Amino acid sequence: MDAQHLNLLYLIIAAAVATFATRVGGYVLITQLKHIPPRLEAALNAVPAAVLTTLVAPAFVYGGFDVAASMFVAFAAGLRFSTLRMLLVGWVVVMAIRHVIL
Amino acid sequence: MDRDEFREGLRGGFPIMMAASPFGALFGALAVDNGFTIADAVFMSAMVYAGASQMVGIELFGNNVQPWLVVLSVFAVNFRHVLYSASIARHIRHFTLVQKFFAFFLLIDPQYAESERRAECGLPVSFSWYLGFGLIIYFPWLITTAMGAVFGQLIGDPRVIGIDVLLPIYFLGLVLGFRKRDRFLPVVAASAVASVAAMHFVGSPWHVSIGALVGVVLAACLPQDRQPREMAAIEREA
Repeated sequence: MDAQHLNLLYLIIAAAVATFATRVGGYVLITQLKHIPPRLEAALNAVPAAVLTTLVAPAFVYGGFDVAASMFVAFAAGLRFSTLRMLLVGWVVVMAIRHVIL
Repeated sequence: MDRDEFREGLRGGFPIMMAASPFGALFGALAVDNGFTIADAVFMSAMVYAGASQMVGIELFGNNVQPWLVVLSVFAVNFRHVLYSASIARHIRHFTLVQKFFAFFLLIDPQYAESERRAECGLPVSFSWYLGFGLIIYFPWLITTAMGAVFGQLIGDPRVIGIDVLLPIYFLGLVLGFRKRDRFLPVVAASAVASVAAMHFVGSPWHVSIGALVGVVLAACLPQDRQPREMAAIEREA
């Protein structure tokens, strides 16, 4: 195995350690506290929506018209249907825009 | 191990596995495109097991960015998992140390979201359920990575077959799943504006950590309505 490939394997292991650190770090921090104050509780409850929004909003704003349109229609579908149907609806819209309309 | 709980986990994780498969294949294809062997790609999926950060990692690697910056970027993209592991602590108190090790290793976005939802509905977050849900996503993730790496050349441009929109729409679906929570709208609005601004002024992947932090801090700063019932439950738990 050459040095460059070995470096890649070290890089992957370092990335894995960094990822595991994030997955155990919050637990280690939180268990040091004896009880959870209300504001920390409110902050923790907001985590999923806050984080997932950061993975959605920039794609909607900077992704281009086709991506924004498919996300908008999928959003409407998501108010009534399952995530899998949402994905299907969004996929159909983006394919229609890219291959039929444009 | 409770077989029924394990099977329920498998059933619950199945649609996530189906939705994640195109991304496993996409990662495999992109990894080979950036100089990875098929074994390297599967090794990374097996060790890191965090789709979005894997994509960022190989992209930076392919562009010959300094190794420390690649690792830092993976850390930044996955930084939200610090919040997940803090938040999920309330629900997995009863796991043994070894079970916690596996639970944290498998703690990806849908695993966290589904565990929270389950606890919110009053259902038990048992280790059997958790493992079933995790493994039905983990092993196919490795298989689809390998398939993508092998057949990557056949996929070509992911935009042509429209798979680039599936990830943001999938995350949008997860956001909608939390719309009944207190302070949902102000949190989503703040995180949306902050992440878009951070994307513009700071750049990816920092928009993730910055946007999330703004939403979470806002939730902590907004007036807290007294919820005696819920608070009592939390204190009893602690």
